[in-house]
Amino acid sequence: MSTVQFTFDGVTYHGNKGEPLSAALLRNGIKVVTESSYRLRPRGVVGLGYEEPCALVQIDSGSGEPMVPATKIELVDGLVVRSLAGVGDLPNQIDKARYDKTFRHVDVLVIGAGLSGLKAAQKAANSGKSVIILDDQFEAGGYLKDLNEKIDSKILNSLKKNNVTHLQRTTAIGLYDQNYVVAIERRTDHLSAEILPEIARMRNWHIRAKEIILATGAFQRVLVFPNNDRPGIMLSHAAATYLHKYRVGTFNSAVVVTVDDFGYQDAIRIHKSGVKVQAIIDIRKKVTGKLLEQVKKLGIEVILGSTVVNTSADQSGSLNSVSIAQTSLEGEVIGIKQEIKTDLLAVSGGWTPTVHLATYLNLKPVWDKKIAAFVMPKLPQNIKATGFSNGEFDKVTNPPAVFFGIIPEGEDAKVSFIDLQRDANVRDLRRAVGAGLTSVEHIKRYTTIGTAHDQGKTSGTTTMGLLGQLISKEPHEVGTLTFRPPYVGVPFSALAGRDLGILSDPIRTTPIHSAHLLANAPMEDVGQWKRPWYFPIEKENMHDAVLRECKAAREDVAVMDASTLGKIDIQGPDAGIFLDRIYTNMFSSLKVGASRYGLMCGVDGMVFDDGVTTRIAEDRFLMTTTTGGAAKVLDWLEEWLQTEWPDLNVYCTSVTEHWSTVAIVGPKSRNLLAKLAPTLDVSNEAFPFMENRYAEVAGIPARIARISFSGELAYEINIEAWYGLHIWQEVMKKGKEFNIAAYGTETMHVLRAEKGFVIVGQETDGTQTPQDLGMDWIVSKKKDFIGKRSFTRSDTTRNGRHQLVGLLPLDNKTLLPEGSYIVNEGDSKKEGKLTHIGYVTSSYSSSALSRTFALAMVADGRNQIGKFAEVPIGNNVARVEIVDSVFLDKENTHRDG
Amino acid sequence: MLLINCPWCGPRDETEFHYGSEAHIGYPEKPEELTDKQWAEYIFYRNNPKGWFAERWVHNVGCRRWFNIWRNTVTHQFGPSYKPFTKQPSRPK
Ligand SMILES: [Zn+2]
Repeated sequence: MSTVQFTFDGVTYHGNKGEPLSAALLRNGIKVVTESSYRLRPRGVVGLGYEEPCALVQIDSGSGEPMVPATKIELVDGLVVRSLAGVGDLPNQIDKARYDKTFRHVDVLVIGAGLSGLKAAQKAANSGKSVIILDDQFEAGGYLKDLNEKIDSKILNSLKKNNVTHLQRTTAIGLYDQNYVVAIERRTDHLSAEILPEIARMRNWHIRAKEIILATGAFQRVLVFPNNDRPGIMLSHAAATYLHKYRVGTFNSAVVVTVDDFGYQDAIRIHKSGVKVQAIIDIRKKVTGKLLEQVKKLGIEVILGSTVVNTSADQSGSLNSVSIAQTSLEGEVIGIKQEIKTDLLAVSGGWTPTVHLATYLNLKPVWDKKIAAFVMPKLPQNIKATGFSNGEFDKVTNPPAVFFGIIPEGEDAKVSFIDLQRDANVRDLRRAVGAGLTSVEHIKRYTTIGTAHDQGKTSGTTTMGLLGQLISKEPHEVGTLTFRPPYVGVPFSALAGRDLGILSDPIRTTPIHSAHLLANAPMEDVGQWKRPWYFPIEKENMHDAVLRECKAAREDVAVMDASTLGKIDIQGPDAGIFLDRIYTNMFSSLKVGASRYGLMCGVDGMVFDDGVTTRIAEDRFLMTTTTGGAAKVLDWLEEWLQTEWPDLNVYCTSVTEHWSTVAIVGPKSRNLLAKLAPTLDVSNEAFPFMENRYAEVAGIPARIARISFSGELAYEINIEAWYGLHIWQEVMKKGKEFNIAAYGTETMHVLRAEKGFVIVGQETDGTQTPQDLGMDWIVSKKKDFIGKRSFTRSDTTRNGRHQLVGLLPLDNKTLLPEGSYIVNEGDSKKEGKLTHIGYVTSSYSSSALSRTFALAMVADGRNQIGKFAEVPIGNNVARVEIVDSVFLDKENTHRDG
Repeated sequence: MLLINCPWCGPRDETEFHYGSEAHIGYPEKPEELTDKQWAEYIFYRNNPKGWFAERWVHNVGCRRWFNIWRNTVTHQFGPSYKPFTKQPSRPK
């Protein structure tokens, strides 16, 4: 064993490499590890594993980690930790360690590598099954390992021989439906206090097993009595292991208080370590058997029918004596108190099988009076439990007492702790019962028992036992143990793995993206897409850039990358009929080579998506969708085809990434197109609105669509995706003589809003019908389509629905914040509740209008046109006029150039 | 995480699927002949039984196909899955 250095609260100490930090602290005489979070009482090491309620530390070396039980930190050279009073600090530097994930399917997963788990794994592997065995301790062996007993090497060798995946330092944190287990493996903290960049610090195992064997062991319980929280009072299994296995010394003498035979075993171990055990205090009145003879032979006094009823401490707060007295099983102190000087009180309060994973499946543990514990419930067919976790406590001659402690009143109740980490005590429990609570689920929430970092691993059963004692019920009559995943605290980094930064979500860019970056365009996130927001010239701000871009589109020509629009290739002889049912308007009548704007609704009649669809051939349409709606629309089309209309011969394919689309917009776009496509007749007569033409553009075969989302003369040039950048560059080059400007999403929004065109998701939120948006013209009266019946429902036909309108602030520089609510004129000044008549959906500064304007949804909006309303903005009020939603070119004269 | 048996692909993790609510709710043949109440029942009303429930799922990031499956809403156990327009297997015990 090699000696290593570590730092605790700024002081350097030595310890043995690989031992738990808790052992090293005790070896160095550090009994007081921390203060409790609420009552600031000195606290020390209590347990040996994840049950530890008191000795929590903050790790400052390596990646850093808050609130780690000192019992679960393996000592390495250079470890730096500090004590915590209940609250940890999130490390504020970026964690440079690596974390990864792995996914496995196996025949058998064994959770817990104590003797029973190892044997189960061996048996499964011998029968030819694929096996994973995992265990949260530093080494295999479970309870026996703590007793310093060797595991038969044959078992471990046979696991190796059968290629069993054997993981130590690996904690199953969750068990989910159909035998799905998530486990966290800690892979480097025991190797180095520093980050090891070449090895993943933790690995997140996702395991699906045909069969699961729970061999998760058990936790020892505390007993409740006044001042049961002093440093030097420990669970007896932990105390004996620290003294006997880890040889921490530290203590001069010991007293064991017990409800079962385990206390005797632990007393023997403590004695063997060289620490004198003065007495075993056993609440049971009668005990027989070998263990009793053994302890008597060692000269240990056994006091029956008694328990510890108080303790006292030295100046540091550590235990220096215990008071014992005859006590009934109901917790009534009968006899005269007797004091014993001691600095270690080892508490054997009974064992609680670790049933956490089973309760995650909503199974209820059952009370077994014989072993005074909640045990595994009836498990599903493909889950089994074995060993301590199944309540198989062998070597027991005398049954344990069903006893959880004494329940004092008054001042003593305040210092009789049930949940040490929460400082929750008997007084809290009495108050809860006094308030009329009798269910443990209510008590838990009222007292906070079981809600701390340790999730009540040592206190759960005790709470139910004491509550039962208080209201004269058996523990199972007041409730059962319910736990929630994760079983222990898990760093977020372990859950995230490598899904960080740019790997956290896909980033989609168009083939023209590099040009946008070169132009220093700030990007806007539209779903997973990066779209240029605006194209500033030198130090221009967004406002000025957008006004300039809009002006170019209205007076000269402007260009936009429209490649992100969703595109779905719809093929088959029934494609036209299919689209008639999907869209509110007719598509089967569309002639080949023509395009039409379409609106689709849900069955509830609410607008769902929109876009222009082009008939490429008799049996082939190219649908475009909103940028963010592409995936959802494809899902929608496929759902109807598969589940309602399997008789329609139609196939849909996403082709969004197959095509680049460059939109040229503005009165000079025709002249620009003529330059780009010299073979094409671009005249209004030869190439009318909503038509498509095929021609070479800058030498590349293209489909050019004459469609417009701005009201201006405009063309969309569609080319195979990889020519996108070339076409963009050619457009910019040839456009120079027409004062071309590139524009982004902001200008696109302004241009469409000036024309009153809605954006699905901006003007709509899933509660608007086409009629609400003033789009009755697109709703066919002739055919049925999805949502049509909903337009005659009483709710969609009622008066007072919010309708799309325009707003003009009376101060033409006031920009209404999007999302602002709108109230009746004069209402802003009124006291009390305002009548909310609508809300602002879009709001911009317009170059063409030389003022600000907005779109809004207003109750009975179309009848309010010409009236005035108010928009509260912070402490001010903007007066607005309600106007028609089309601000510019109501006669559509611009679109032909 | 549920393990769901796609009738086309076999058992796959829940993350590959999207939920589609109660199965066997067909689009009404003549919506225009329904009362508001009947139409509202088609759009908005679904059963939510305790126990076995026939429901729709779609294998979104797999074969992209819809299917029906029996699921127990208490235990999260699955019964048989079946393709649309095929005979519904009987309710599991
Ligand atoms: Zn599938």
